[in-house]
Amino acid sequence: MKSAVIIFPGSNCDRDMDVALKKYGFKNHMVWHDEKSLPKCDLVVLPGGFSYGDYLRCGSIAGKSKIIKSVIDFANSGGLVLGVCNGFQILTETGLLPGVLQQNKYLNFICKNIHVKVNDKKNKYFQNIKKDILELHIAHNEGNYFCSDEELKVIEENNQIALTYCSSEGSINNDINPNGAIKNIAGIFNKEKNVLGMMPHPERMIDKYLSGDDGSIFFENLINNSK
Amino acid sequence: MKIKIIVTLKNGVLDPQGKAIQQTLNGMGFNDVKEVRQGKYFDIEINETDIVKAKNKVDEMCKKLLANLVIEDYKIL
Repeated sequence: MKSAVIIFPGSNCDRDMDVALKKYGFKNHMVWHDEKSLPKCDLVVLPGGFSYGDYLRCGSIAGKSKIIKSVIDFANSGGLVLGVCNGFQILTETGLLPGVLQQNKYLNFICKNIHVKVNDKKNKYFQNIKKDILELHIAHNEGNYFCSDEELKVIEENNQIALTYCSSEGSINNDINPNGAIKNIAGIFNKEKNVLGMMPHPERMIDKYLSGDDGSIFFENLINNSK
Repeated sequence: MKIKIIVTLKNGVLDPQGKAIQQTLNGMGFNDVKEVRQGKYFDIEINETDIVKAKNKVDEMCKKLLANLVIEDYKIL
């Protein structure tokens, strides 16, 4: 399985993502944002960070960079595209995913471990995943997912909510919502479910001694499903 | 030609920065401040002499980049 991680000026989780993908068997290539085309691959990852210093709106400038046209074409042809944190923000700015990530409700940068519930398994990312509740890490200032009521209706009807913030036991309520996201949304699919955007960082949870290994479960499952 | 644009959050969209500014103003003694909504202002200098054409181009820029129409409205001044 081949993957490509796109590097934008200001990306800072690109190398962690490279390590995680390689650890679980992906043959990964790093791709500079100024390239026009993608290498042949099965998965494209937009990593976390602060592309273009978060100028204008998080992800808005990266969403217009040269490589993005190829990423959109790749997604529209059914290729897997994963955006984590800033990558999620970029995906909403390109229009590949609905909604927008606003500033956190209480204006604070949040950096902590959280739990998320896997809502839908009929897709390449979570099919056969062996845990329904994953402990992952978030680090963001703009993770407050928002969309219009009409859009939310469509998202719910199509089961596009991928992940929701929950307690360690899996209960979903306002108290454990870290950033004010509507419906505790932590991750969203496109309609076809080949594009996934998520605020939590699975690449930060791939070592059971250092951090926890629920990220490992995610990547192992992803590569098994991609084979 | 110079064109000015104001981008604001749509009504009903949460504006935590505006809220913090409002509370600070209240704390400073400006008790009659009821609400603050924060926005963005752009000054764009464009090589175009026809005002209608210039505004049409800026309108396209707003739709494609300067505003996110999911949460923001824009006004070309």
